[in-house]
Amino acid sequence: MTIGAASSAGTRVTGFFTDSTLCIGCKACEVACKEWNEIPSDGFVWTGLSYDNTGALGHSTWRHVQFLERLPVLGSGGSSDAGVSWEFSSDVCKHCEVAGCEEACPTGSIVRTEFGGVFIQPDVCNGCGYCVVSCPFGVVDRRPHDGAFKCTFCYDRQKAGLVPACARACPTESIRFGELETLRRDAGRRLQELRARGVDDAVIYDPRGTSVGGIHAFFLLRGDPKMYNLPDRPEAPTVRLAPAWRAAARAAAALVAGAIGAFLLSGRR
Amino acid sequence: MTRDRAPDDESERILDALREEAASLGSVSREGVRPPGAPFPPASPAASYYGLPVLKPPTWTWEVPVYFFVGGAAGAAAVLGAAARWTGADARIVRRARWIAAAGAALSPPLLIADLGRPERFLHMLRVFKPQSAMSVGAWTLVVFSTAASAAAFADLVDGRLGGRVPVRLVADAAGTLAGVAGLGMATYTGVLLGATAIPVWFENAAVLPGHFAASALGSAVALLELLGCDDSALDTLGLGAAAAETGVGFVLERRRGRSLAPLRSGVSGGFVRAGGILSGPLALALRVLGRRRRGFRRAAGLASLAGSLCTRIGWVAAGHASARDPLPALGTSDASDSSGGFP
Repeated sequence: MTIGAASSAGTRVTGFFTDSTLCIGCKACEVACKEWNEIPSDGFVWTGLSYDNTGALGHSTWRHVQFLERLPVLGSGGSSDAGVSWEFSSDVCKHCEVAGCEEACPTGSIVRTEFGGVFIQPDVCNGCGYCVVSCPFGVVDRRPHDGAFKCTFCYDRQKAGLVPACARACPTESIRFGELETLRRDAGRRLQELRARGVDDAVIYDPRGTSVGGIHAFFLLRGDPKMYNLPDRPEAPTVRLAPAWRAAARAAAALVAGAIGAFLLSGRR
Repeated sequence: MTRDRAPDDESERILDALREEAASLGSVSREGVRPPGAPFPPASPAASYYGLPVLKPPTWTWEVPVYFFVGGAAGAAAVLGAAARWTGADARIVRRARWIAAAGAALSPPLLIADLGRPERFLHMLRVFKPQSAMSVGAWTLVVFSTAASAAAFADLVDGRLGGRVPVRLVADAAGTLAGVAGLGMATYTGVLLGATAIPVWFENAAVLPGHFAASALGSAVALLELLGCDDSALDTLGLGAAAAETGVGFVLERRRGRSLAPLRSGVSGGFVRAGGILSGPLALALRVLGRRRRGFRRAAGLASLAGSLCTRIGWVAAGHASARDPLPALGTSDASDSSGGFP
């Protein structure tokens, strides 16, 4: 589905603009997502990694608040605030323009909705796990003895004309939901505003120059996106299909030629 | 995935003392407690988000690498059976190749179905045909292969019982040929399946894996035929060719550099990949060359090829697990990966 194009149903492509500079790390988005989607508990550990005890996105965590605690020596306690920065960012499924999971799904369970999001139909998925290894962001995962799960973009809420649960719950409007093109313009303006204020390390993470073709849930971050485990150049794995199938064709040709040749030669002896 | 770093009793005592000190004096005079595992890797572009993985590891269970081994060998056997049939080779080779293909065709679907998270929905694999999904192509290839290989073996059996009726032989030959064509897919598509993913050690070898798995499958099929008593020099030649190809692949993989390829050389995965490479490569090759004089060596070469093929598949899936755990290649941190990408 192309950006900004109205779908045949007359709906518009929506997106998330997660402005991490407004995030206060309250985790209301994590809670709201879990509650609305009735997601089961996926355990609790004290990770020791700042206030991030969630760890990562997964089959039962569809919003994950990251805490980038940048202290002189991590884990040493103390109360010095020299050289300290503390960034918060709410990670989510990127709903890629060209989604690795959607391309990989062999059952046709993963589809593009009329709102432009990537959606796993839970009654179709048979848990083959191929989407899990096809996501360049490590978002989707398989629940044990069940299918694969990830952020649904609150497809049910959007169909009812509501805003996704996380955006609705966010107290600072750090998670903004709306028409994708509008959000992208707003993000550009916000970036200029921050730069003008002297926030030089603010960047927009929306990898449109790669085979992923841009993401519908994009971010405004401070610092290098790699610190947030966001790849520099994420690629939709299907870019490797053509070279791989060509290699397979060459191998198959060698196998056929070799087999026929070997039997013909031995027959002549 | 992330380790639990709850404080232990000793740390709690120290923390309680610090809290009392802070409450009474308004400041603390000593350093806090170190959580187990401190200091942690910081969140930085060079070190990723606290060293946590970016990607998710494969969720596949043991059935999947075993299927790669079984399905590949069965596919290659079907190719050999069809080639033997149409070049007029020994009928016993044709028959045994068809039986090997059918045995693999019978084992493969249960293996894959057992791995599914929801096995009762296995038929959903046939809801669509998606050429852009290597797994969809593979599922349909398996359906065609299983049907054709089973039909060929069954028709062969009936043909033997009824004493060579032409229509039955036609069915057997047609099914056997179709199985051979699908068998080419069975022997190669699993390399594409792994290569077209986001896992660095897999996608960086996307151009090598299809040929590697095909050679591995050929070596297994030849070994199985020889173990069943087939003694054609063509099989020996093909076994030599497969072992030589595996040796070549081994050289290519060992020469390539880059952090993303570390799982092929270190850890449990590296052990299996290298063991598999040696067993089905140089060892099988040497044994076959020696086996030109002695029968026993040829048999040993076959067993080495079979063991090597299974080790190779286990190793590559394990390498995928290890590769998914390392955040740096996935992030594209410079020097983390071989920039050539493995493509010519």
